[in-house]
Amino acid sequence: MNRSILVSSVLHLILIMITAFSLPFLSKKPIDLPPIVSVELIQITDKTNIPFAPKAKKTIEKIKEKEKKLVSEQAPPKKVKKIKPDSVPMPDDKVDKIEKIKEDKQNPEKIDNEVKQVSEFEKKELFDPNNIAALIDKSKVESAETINKSDKVTQDQQKNIDNVGLSLSEEDALKAQIFGCWSIPLGLPYNENLLVRIKLQLNPDGTIQQSEILDHARMNKPGQGFYKVLAESALRAIKLCQPLRVPTTGYERWKELQLNFDAREMLEG
Amino acid sequence: MKKIFVLFLFWIFQTNALALIEVDITRGNLNPLPIAVSPLSIDNESKKSFEKILDKKDIGSEISKVIENNLKTSGLFNPLDKDAFLQAPEIANLKPRFEDWNLIKAQALITGKVKYVDDKLRVEFRLWDILAGKEMMALAFTTVPNNWRRVGHIITDKVYERLTGEKGYFDTRIIYVAEEGPKTKRIKKLAIMDQDGANNKFLTLGNELVLTPRFNSTNQMVTYLSYFRNLPRVYLLDIETGIQEVVGDFPGMTFAPRFSPDGKKIIMSFAKDGNSDIYTMDLENRIVEKITNHPSIDTSPSYSPDGKYICFNSDRSGYQQIYVMKSDGSNVKRISFGKGLYGTPVWSPRGDLIAFTKLHKGKFYIGVMRTDGSGERLLTENYYQEAPSWSPNGRVLIFYRETKTDDKGKGFSAKLWSIDLTGYNERLVDTPTDASDPSWSSLLTN
Repeated sequence: MNRSILVSSVLHLILIMITAFSLPFLSKKPIDLPPIVSVELIQITDKTNIPFAPKAKKTIEKIKEKEKKLVSEQAPPKKVKKIKPDSVPMPDDKVDKIEKIKEDKQNPEKIDNEVKQVSEFEKKELFDPNNIAALIDKSKVESAETINKSDKVTQDQQKNIDNVGLSLSEEDALKAQIFGCWSIPLGLPYNENLLVRIKLQLNPDGTIQQSEILDHARMNKPGQGFYKVLAESALRAIKLCQPLRVPTTGYERWKELQLNFDAREMLEG
Repeated sequence: MKKIFVLFLFWIFQTNALALIEVDITRGNLNPLPIAVSPLSIDNESKKSFEKILDKKDIGSEISKVIENNLKTSGLFNPLDKDAFLQAPEIANLKPRFEDWNLIKAQALITGKVKYVDDKLRVEFRLWDILAGKEMMALAFTTVPNNWRRVGHIITDKVYERLTGEKGYFDTRIIYVAEEGPKTKRIKKLAIMDQDGANNKFLTLGNELVLTPRFNSTNQMVTYLSYFRNLPRVYLLDIETGIQEVVGDFPGMTFAPRFSPDGKKIIMSFAKDGNSDIYTMDLENRIVEKITNHPSIDTSPSYSPDGKYICFNSDRSGYQQIYVMKSDGSNVKRISFGKGLYGTPVWSPRGDLIAFTKLHKGKFYIGVMRTDGSGERLLTENYYQEAPSWSPNGRVLIFYRETKTDDKGKGFSAKLWSIDLTGYNERLVDTPTDASDPSWSSLLTN
């Protein structure tokens, strides 16, 4: 009995000894701590309290609060997490993900919960990828994806414009130019139809190859003398304005243009 | 099946080919149109002949000055400086070099020729579209040499109509009350002049006080009010013959007579027993008809150009406001609802607007509103101004404006002013004396 107790004690002791010697920190030397520098705290606010500082602080705090509010109101992070944009999608997964997003959008209750007290106009802002990207790091990948998607849309739109008509900015530039050239005859009867349609064939530099009044027959109708005056003023405007401010590219799409001059809005005042 | 497919493809390409870009132009500018008025060319013989008759060195140049002045005062045209013209009048009249006129930014050009033929003045003129490079109009007139100013006015009317789409108002006259003397003892005479202030003539001697002359829109007759033995009476005056007559001897006071659009009736207000109502009088049979019957004061009636309606002012609501009724006096409707007092309503010859005088917070305004009272626009504001009268095309208003007297009772003047519907083109109409109560005639030649 005594012998067994002795053997056990010796073995335990050996085990403790091995454990103690094998621990690394015991073998390391203690780190030399640098001498402690004593710091004396002195109240200096009386000297450094410049009048605008607290105001600035308050303003900064207010801005911060506002930003917090904006973040909380405009960018609900849960919505972003649900989309899980940070996982690299496999082709099959991608389809699933898009479907999921669609489901979310189609669920009116969910949208209502998320856009409390926000108008329809602001609702659009909620999903502005730039805002989300600025506020939440994790959404960067997602925003990049969204941008890519939107790029795709504009490219499609561009294709559409190439086929159909002028872009808004191109149209605005042309309109602005002709507005300046068109001297509206002030004596026209504004309760009549004051629309003159002129078809133009243009050269690539915007000069006019040919112009044609589409309702030419109306000029000679009795009681429509004013129409001739209006049509002539429109033709003068086109000639005065040439070369027209047409896009530098895509001649094929705008080599034929129809300008609809309508004086009624101006004359009715 | 193949055929259908081919047809389908053809249809697609066809629709694509037809897709024409359309751009809507709904705005323009209201800047005056740059126009060049070349002096009318004249040969030396004609020049000498006219110099003897009219005492004018170059009648061609004088006529072009009349045209230029008319176009400028309209506010719709900007006649270019003659010094900038590159082409001589006699050559420009034959065939203008459009590049030269384009260079000075002219959009239209007037050229012409004057000739002395059988003791008469013959004027040819042409209107050119510089940008289109084509002739827009060519006309010739023959008249007595003394009518040379009227020829200038008629040419302006033709040019104005061709370029603006509405009839002109230059070959017209204005009748007004010429005033002289101190404010408390004014001599008031009836006077007439061309719309540009030329050819001023006095029609009465000034023995009797005259007020509110109004032209008949169909001829050159005038109706006006004159005090005879301190009693106001309505008179008719034929300007051509100088014959005048009293319209009727009413027992009460008559005010503000005005012709109906067909010229067959006179409409006026007539005060009896302290109440003023509106009456018409048939000029042929002299039958008088009472149009309004209300205890309030109804004055200043004016017919719509179709003769179906009458606008007038009345204080039946407690304040002087403008009302419209049918020509038989039924269906009376108040149309002015703004702040202030409204008076002297006059229906536009175009029929679309009613001009009026408004008094609000001590200021007088001349304004226009639609015939239903909507779209009120105040064109001009001043210390004292009233009595607007329309140009025959309904584009310009003429009215008179009085200035304030100083502490010593001096500094008073009354002058005629014109303003167009835009409210920007306000001009003093030059008269040899003080003037009030203008009335614009219709076009002398249609």
